[in-house]
Amino acid sequence: MAFFSTNNTRIAGIAAAVPKNEISNWDYEYLNEQEKKMLIKTIGVEKKRFAPKSLTTSDLCYAAAEKLIAELNWEKSDIDVLIFVSQSKDYFLPSTSCILQDRLGLPKTNMAFDVGMGCSGYVYGLSIINSLLSSTGLKKGLLLVGDNSLVTCNYKDKSAFPLFGDAATVTAIEFEKDASPFHYSLFTDGSRHKAIIVPHGGLRNLATPDSFTEVEVSEGITRSPLNTTLNGLDIFNFSISEVPNSIKEFMELTKSTTTDYDHFVMHQANLLMNESIRKKLKFDPSQVPYSLQKFGNTSSGSIPLTIVSELRNKIKTERLSLLISGFGVGLSWGVASFIIDNIVCPEILEIE
Amino acid sequence: MDINDLIEKLSTEFEMNVQEKLTPATSFRGMKEWSSMHALIIIALVDAEYEVTITGNDLVQMNTVQDLYDLIMSRKK
Repeated sequence: MAFFSTNNTRIAGIAAAVPKNEISNWDYEYLNEQEKKMLIKTIGVEKKRFAPKSLTTSDLCYAAAEKLIAELNWEKSDIDVLIFVSQSKDYFLPSTSCILQDRLGLPKTNMAFDVGMGCSGYVYGLSIINSLLSSTGLKKGLLLVGDNSLVTCNYKDKSAFPLFGDAATVTAIEFEKDASPFHYSLFTDGSRHKAIIVPHGGLRNLATPDSFTEVEVSEGITRSPLNTTLNGLDIFNFSISEVPNSIKEFMELTKSTTTDYDHFVMHQANLLMNESIRKKLKFDPSQVPYSLQKFGNTSSGSIPLTIVSELRNKIKTERLSLLISGFGVGLSWGVASFIIDNIVCPEILEIE
Repeated sequence: MDINDLIEKLSTEFEMNVQEKLTPATSFRGMKEWSSMHALIIIALVDAEYEVTITGNDLVQMNTVQDLYDLIMSRKK
């Protein structure tokens, strides 16, 4: 059972960067007016950012990291570890983290590696970087988390394209003796790995010329095997049953209740799903921030993006107790709780 | 609960106006505004109100409001 805690680290800052290019679901061609209205109300996504082809997730991470390092006044030579959590790599190989180490001007003594996770990635990433810093003597680390999810969504697929948005974030973590602990509970159900999948392009189904052939699966859903395929109903059921149960169990293990947390920040999956989870756990609406309407489902980046977008003024000046949960592709999910106390948090950057 | 209770809740969630009334015989996919989002609303509603899980496959196989009601009753604890 992957329930554990880490000690002696604190979040020093969080920053986010999004593409400047904003698109609106009101302009989306494959839904009629009635469906658009319903989508925006029920699924909760009105606008989102769509990166041009020239702008990768690592470009967004780079911009956010430069800004955060400068505002923290960190010396780059002090940064011991860089982790890039994403499913939007620059290349099949090498690891994107290596490219970011060089581009950010971090020393060769920095350890850098990628973690290929999506919706649960922020919770996983925090658990990995905090475990490293709390047990090894490393002092400072950067956790770069985000995705350009729209690049693999077919514009002609109304079951996927309207949902997602592109965004990236960076969280700076440092060793601090006697800092409040982080608690985590992490889960996996690979039997449902086909629920969210890009079927071709990896080793199981190498890309061939046929991989580019688009097929109309049903009305308004046209895609190729190189596009993201979503089984929305199955993911929905997983999210409203398994996820709240895991969170309830986490709260029992940590002997906490809803009122112990200032905020519960969920992966921004879709509004109906997230509200179903919120109601089951009996969190008050004022405890649960959303960035979904402005930025869509931003995959691995959604939790830190929501913290920056919705809680920025508070986290800069207050001590807050947060519960977070990420869930989706894998299927993989996780829950974590921690204290965030007067951290550095620049405004969201918009990158062209 | 009876089927009218289910119809009332579905109508509220679907935000249907009084002209287009749901009945036990209404076919979901026959509704002129039917979309996959209605399917999500049904799943969320049935889960929250009756603590019954409806899968994507169940929805493919069911047709009418009566079918949904029967399925809920057969699974309700």
